[in-house]
Amino acid sequence: MAYTEEELKKELETKEYEYGFYTDIESDTFPAGLNEDIVVAISKRKEEPGWMTDWRLKAFKAWKEMEEPEWANVTYQKPDFQAISYYSAPNSKPKYDSLDEVDPELLDTFKKLGISLDEQKKLAGVAVDIVMDSVSVATTFKKTLAEKGIIFCSISEAIKEHSELVQKYMGSVVPQKDNFYAALNSAVFSDGSFCYIPKGVRCPMELSTYFRINQAGTGQFERTLVIADKGSYVSYLEGCTAPARDENQLHAAVVELIALDDAEIKYSTVQNWFPGDKNGKGGVFNFVTKRGICEKNAKISWTQVETGSAVTWKYPSCILKGDNSIGEFYSIAVTNNYQQADTGTKMVHLGKNTRSTIISKGISAGKSQNSYRGLVQVSSRAENARNFSQCDSLLMGNECGAHTFPYIEVKNKTAQIEHEATTSKIGEEQIFYCNQRGIDTEKAIALIVNGFSKEVLNKLPMEFAVEAQKLLEISLEGSVG
Amino acid sequence: MLKINNLHAGVEGNEILKGINLEVNAGEVHAIMGPNGSGKSTLASVIAGKEEFEVTEGNVEFDGENLEDSAPENRAHKGIFMSFQYPVEIPGVSVTNFMKTAINESRKARGLEDMPASQMLKLIREKAELLDIDRKFLSRSLNEGFSGGEKKRNEIFQMAMLEPKLAILDETDSGLDIDALRIVANGVNKLKSKDNAVIIITHYQRLLDYIVPDFVHVLHEGKIVKSGTKELAHELEAKGYDWIKNGAVV
Repeated sequence: MAYTEEELKKELETKEYEYGFYTDIESDTFPAGLNEDIVVAISKRKEEPGWMTDWRLKAFKAWKEMEEPEWANVTYQKPDFQAISYYSAPNSKPKYDSLDEVDPELLDTFKKLGISLDEQKKLAGVAVDIVMDSVSVATTFKKTLAEKGIIFCSISEAIKEHSELVQKYMGSVVPQKDNFYAALNSAVFSDGSFCYIPKGVRCPMELSTYFRINQAGTGQFERTLVIADKGSYVSYLEGCTAPARDENQLHAAVVELIALDDAEIKYSTVQNWFPGDKNGKGGVFNFVTKRGICEKNAKISWTQVETGSAVTWKYPSCILKGDNSIGEFYSIAVTNNYQQADTGTKMVHLGKNTRSTIISKGISAGKSQNSYRGLVQVSSRAENARNFSQCDSLLMGNECGAHTFPYIEVKNKTAQIEHEATTSKIGEEQIFYCNQRGIDTEKAIALIVNGFSKEVLNKLPMEFAVEAQKLLEISLEGSVG
Repeated sequence: MLKINNLHAGVEGNEILKGINLEVNAGEVHAIMGPNGSGKSTLASVIAGKEEFEVTEGNVEFDGENLEDSAPENRAHKGIFMSFQYPVEIPGVSVTNFMKTAINESRKARGLEDMPASQMLKLIREKAELLDIDRKFLSRSLNEGFSGGEKKRNEIFQMAMLEPKLAILDETDSGLDIDALRIVANGVNKLKSKDNAVIIITHYQRLLDYIVPDFVHVLHEGKIVKSGTKELAHELEAKGYDWIKNGAVV
C-alpha cells in the first residue's frame, strides 16, 4: 500500500544516521579542561611561533569574560567547556607521499563515507586536504598548485611556513573577540586549512577539504583562512560528515575569506555532522563563524547545504567594503527529527554600488525547527547599494517549524532592498500525483525537495552538486541513497 | 482489462460509491457521465488507488488481478493512467525531468535499465509533435504557472509518453476552450488502439463529439443507473440530469 502521512512520518523518524560508525585509531588526546596551560600546550605541541601563542592567549583572556549567546531560536544543554578535551591527533602522524601508505582503517572509514580519494582525484582534478581529528593526514595535488604559486596547506603548516601572511590576515575579518565561539576557537583551534592565491591567478581546480570529528569527546575547532590576492579566483569546497556519538560534540569553526581588489572567492559547504538520533539524543553542536571581506570589485559567494548537526548556529557573511563589490549567499538547510537550525547571513554594504543576493531554502521535517536569520545593512556612505533576498520554507508534516527573521538596516536613501518569502508544504496531492505516474513516495519527496532547492543546487560545483543531492535524499528519506 | 465488481467505497465512513459494476475491454472507449457529486471523480481515484478512499466492499480487477492492496505507483506500473482534473504544481521540476523519472521508475519496476538519453529525447520530440507542444514548454516547471489548457494538454502529453493500457480522463474537458479541446481530443484519438482502453469522465457531452465513446454510463448517487451507446449522451444533453434524478431509469 502507498504511504499515509503517518507512515511517512514514522519512516522519516526512524531513519538512522547513515554514517554512524566509529573508527578505532589510536589517538594522542589531551586531558579534558581548559586553562592557560592547555592553550600554551596546544601551541607548543604544534610548534608554533611565539606571536601565535600570544594571540591565542589574548583570545582566551577575552573568552573568559564572554558569555554564551542566547538570542538564537534554539534550545539546548550548554556544553561544559571544562569537560572537553581540546586536542586530539591521530597517532600515525607522519605525512604520506601516497595514499597507499595511509592507515588502511582510515581509508576504510572514508570508503564508508562514500569518499573515494581515487575518485576524487580523477574527478576534475580535485585536490583533497583531509582533516581527520584536527591534523592533516594527506594532501594531494600540491605540486600542480605550487607551480602556479598557490599555497594550499594546513593552517598549522602555514603558521610555520607562511607566517607573514597568516599574521597579517588571521583575525582581520573575524577578530578574536568577535563572539563567544570565535574567541574560543581563536584560543584553542587545532587545525584547519590555509589557502593563498597569488595576484591574477585563476586556481585551476576546485580546492576541497573534508572534516570529520572522530575521537569521542573532542570538540573540533578548525580555522580556515582563504586569501585571494588582487584579480585572482578560487573555488573552495568544504564537506563534513561525522560518526555517531552519544554525548553532544562541539564544533566551533572560524572561516575567514579575504578577497582583495577584483578577486573572486566561491566557498561551498556540504555539512552533514551527526544530527542526533530520532529521539533527539546526541548530535553535533555546530557554532560556526564564517565571514568574508570584499575589497574593490571583489566578489564572495557562499553556498551551503546544511543537513546535519543537532544544533546549527551559522551565518556566513560578507563585508562589502570596496566599491562595486558583490556578496552572495545561497543556502539549503534541512532539519529532521529534533534538529534545530538558526542560519542565515549578514550582508554589510559599506562601499558604493555594492550588491548582494540572498537565496535561502529551509526544509523542515519531523519535530525540527528551522530558522532563517539575516541582516542586510547599508551604511550611510554606500550609495546605490542593492540587495535581493528570497527565503523559502518547505514543511513536511505538522510538527515542525519554519521561521524567518529578516533584519534590514538602511542609512542611505539610494538603497534598493527587496525581500520575498514563501512557505509551502509537501502535500498529499503532490505525492499522489507522482505516485500515479509510477514514482514511489520516497522518490517523489526527493524530486519535490530537489526541485525546491534547485536554485541553490545549481550554484554548487558539478561534482559537489551530485553529492549534495544525495545528501538531501538521505537526510529526508529512509533507505534512499 | 478492467473489471469492477460491486464496488463500495468512501471516505471516513461516508459511502460515496454504492455498488459499481463495470467492465472495460481493450480497444473500447467508455464515457462516465453524471451530475456533480455523483461519485465520478471518486471512481477515478479509487481505480488509481488513492489512499484517502477506503474500499468497503467489492473490488477492482485489472488484467485479471485484484488491485486491492496495490499501491498507486504499482497500478501505474501495470499500465493505469489518470489524467487529473486539477494537475498539481511541482516547482523546480521540469516537465522533461518529471517524465524521465516517471518512465525510468516504470522501467525499473519491470526490471529494465534506464532509458538511454538519446531514445528519451527522441520519444519526447515525437510525442510533443503529436500534441502540438512547444519544446520550450517542456523545460518549464511542472504545471507551475500553466494555463488551464496547458495543464490539460500536459496531462495528455504525459499519457502519450507513458503509453498506458488504461487511461482515465477525469474532467479533462473542464477549463478548455474549443481549440484546446480539439487538440486534446485529437491527441487521445491518435493514441487509441485495439490494445488500450479509455475511460472518459465528464459532466458535459461536448468532449464526446470529439472522442466518440463505444459505451456511455450514467452515474447517480454512487451507482451506474443507465448504460447505453453514444446516443445516451445526446439524450442526456437534451433532457438534462433531472431526467435521471427523477427516477426514470433503466
